[in-house]
Amino acid sequence: MHVSFEQWLTEIANYVFAALAIPTLVGAWMVVTSTNIVRAVLYLVVTLAGSAALFIMLGAEFVGWTVVLVYIGAVIILFLIGIMITRAPLGSHEELSHPATVKIPAALLSIVLFTVVAWAVADAFGGLAIPPDVGATRTGQLAEVIFQRFVIPFEVVSLVLLSALVGGIALARKDEPEEPA
Amino acid sequence: MTIAQFVILGTALFSIGLYGVITRRNAVLVLASVEVMLAAVNINLVAFDVYLADQLYAGQIFTLFIIAVAAAEVGIGLAIVLMIFRNRHDADVDELDLMRY
Repeated sequence: MHVSFEQWLTEIANYVFAALAIPTLVGAWMVVTSTNIVRAVLYLVVTLAGSAALFIMLGAEFVGWTVVLVYIGAVIILFLIGIMITRAPLGSHEELSHPATVKIPAALLSIVLFTVVAWAVADAFGGLAIPPDVGATRTGQLAEVIFQRFVIPFEVVSLVLLSALVGGIALARKDEPEEPA
Repeated sequence: MTIAQFVILGTALFSIGLYGVITRRNAVLVLASVEVMLAAVNINLVAFDVYLADQLYAGQIFTLFIIAVAAAEVGIGLAIVLMIFRNRHDADVDELDLMRY
């Protein structure tokens, strides 16, 4: 189904989308530019909450709440602990980013990447509507597919997570000094 | 809602994350920028999953896998940053040039 720009403007869901997308982008921008390391990580919460809200808006409710629980609940705390433990400068600090000699080429690269991909997407998918009658995905439907069709990848991911956490503990723990015999 | 608006939002988030990975000096903030890029990919996957009305929900399930792998990545990444900090008393990625020829 194809929608023109005028039709697009009459749809209320698109204003909800804009209200969610703008904080998401502003939060992401603050993550990469803030001079305060704790604030940069806390702005990541805004970006991830925005993406979770977009998932719920698309009907992917289980994924949305998983983002809230795993990312906002656990990963952000891990980041904050990482900041505290590496004794990063907690106040405003210019040394967190490279000087303009790196920033300008990086900004050019990002803008070129965005322009090329956004042009390609608009060219290929411009105006193609998401079916409006799409309902919420029930968690039971997801579970049926995960535990039947995707059960092997699921088990592999659980092993990856286990070995990563064991490896993390092994890397981060302090070795006890050997006791003199 | 069109599919393009979600994919272009994902592209913008990905570009911002790329900018952060290149310009940040603190290793913890490089990891945070990578998380922004992963969020962009997740938005893409879920948007296409809903657009295609996939019977296997492959986009949503891959998003769940990405979330699990990202949690593992942050856990092990921060352990490595912590170990580097313990040895060098610094978390600046520019100082890590031991393996340069």
